Amino acid sequence: MASSIRVRATSRGDTTEVQALVQHPMDSGFVKNARGELIPPHFIQRLAIEHDGKPVFVADWGPAVSKDPYLKFAFKGGKAGDELKVSWTDNKGATDQLTTKIQ
Amino acid sequence: MTGLAMAAALIAAPSFAAPAADAPDPAADLKAFQKYFRDKFPKVKFEDFVNGPYSMDEGLYRQWKEKEEFPPYEFALDLGKELMAKPFGNGKTLADCFPNKGVGIRQDYPYFDTEQGKVVTLELAVNQCREANGEPPYSYVKDEMAAVTAYMAFTSRGKPFDVKIPDDPRALAAYENGKRYFYTRRGQLNFSCATCHVQSPGERIRAEVLAPALGILNAMPIYRSEWSGMGTTSRRFTSCNSQVRGVPLKPQDEDYRDLEYYLSYVSNGLPISGPGARP
Amino acid sequence: MNGSSSDRATLSRRVVLQGIATIAVAGVAGLRFDLTGAFAAANDAYPEDAFRQKSEADAIKALYGKTAEASDKVRLDAPEIAENGAVVPVSVSSSLPDVTSIAILVPANPNTLAAAYRILPGTTAMVANRLKMAKTGNVIAVVEAGGKLYSAAKEVKVTIGGCGG
Repeated sequence: MASSIRVRATSRGDTTEVQALVQHPMDSGFVKNARGELIPPHFIQRLAIEHDGKPVFVADWGPAVSKDPYLKFAFKGGKAGDELKVSWTDNKGATDQLTTKIQ
Repeated sequence: MTGLAMAAALIAAPSFAAPAADAPDPAADLKAFQKYFRDKFPKVKFEDFVNGPYSMDEGLYRQWKEKEEFPPYEFALDLGKELMAKPFGNGKTLADCFPNKGVGIRQDYPYFDTEQGKVVTLELAVNQCREANGEPPYSYVKDEMAAVTAYMAFTSRGKPFDVKIPDDPRALAAYENGKRYFYTRRGQLNFSCATCHVQSPGERIRAEVLAPALGILNAMPIYRSEWSGMGTTSRRFTSCNSQVRGVPLKPQDEDYRDLEYYLSYVSNGLPISGPGARP
Repeated sequence: MNGSSSDRATLSRRVVLQGIATIAVAGVAGLRFDLTGAFAAANDAYPEDAFRQKSEADAIKALYGKTAEASDKVRLDAPEIAENGAVVPVSVSSSLPDVTSIAILVPANPNTLAAAYRILPGTTAMVANRLKMAKTGNVIAVVEAGGKLYSAAKEVKVTIGGCGG
């Protein structure tokens, strides 16, 4: 099974720009299915990013973040080949993580 | 519509030796169709017609560009690539059924298959391949079908639509049938496909900006925010019929395949841009 | 929410676990039980309570334990008319020094707080994401810098709601 996480991290000058896309339904708990029943909330609560083992960014999300969440941020330092780890946890306790290299 | 027919007649007249006024002439249709859109939207660059409502509204265009930074169809592309190469029970793959393993060939579909005597769309070809190899067909509207056609479109991006009408009366009849379907009013709203996508592109119907018919299939399949997911050409046609409160046909019904044949042909020359993202 | 019993069980277990974690952290920090808000430096837990708030003021208070003042140094980018309320691109950045956190709120949604980001040392004060909006209303960006809160707001018109089926 392919990872739920896609990351593009590019180092430019002294800054690394990170874009991430995560496959997740982000069900808010307010939407009904075709049978008229509420779909229970199911959303990522936290997404964390580490650069060479050091945390650089923490996202705390509620269910108002869109389906298949997208995130862009940047940090100082980081060069091509450095490791970047992205991990998430959702409200049902499910998790996934991906380690990638900065381009 | 009358304007379009007249334009077609005007263009057709000088280049052909006294054609009967109602003789099918796809080449003339294509010219008139594309001229109609160029004239209606002089500010839209020709190749931008494939970007649907985004070429018609600046605010939408900016949001689209932002989405394209990391497009929502990314996961479908990966799945499509995987499914193309995944062995069937007999060891063959979906890629084996297509020229060049299915890479860079989107612009050649649909085509008129003279052996089967009918229009074969990319979606039909995918399921014909699966069934010929003893695999169950995919649903035509989304999921796997959207994923494999997304991958095939992606590897064909920039290649101009190159749909051919062979010298076969059945092919011409299919084309004419598709054209008839496109301009026929239906549903409780009594809309034809052309009512929205020829007469009114760029305008809002309720809250949505209508896409131009020219280039509309170049972007298929699409990730629609409204669907919160991917949909195929089949899904686009059936949902369109539902929106005018008509009864949709079954996906890949002959009328739909002929419609796709007509609509793709008159967009010949415009680049494949799929998979697309749409509101 | 349809709050099935199993959901409640999971939730209360998490709240309990989180409570333990908070007490443990607070213990180390010298029993600081004052109302510093969920995003106080010593607290690393998911701000569950802030995400449950209905009003902007309550959410900001639950998150930071203080109030925000409007500032032109908070830059908020969002479309004037959302193409679809399900996917509204929103980005926030700031030229303020010592930014430690960025939060984005959508008061027209059932729960106001949409996202809260910790800007760690060395990280640029910028974030872009895509949010759902139920209907037309303000998007509010809150930036925490040098221990103070600054905010900016922009109205986004939503013609196709992002919470439909």
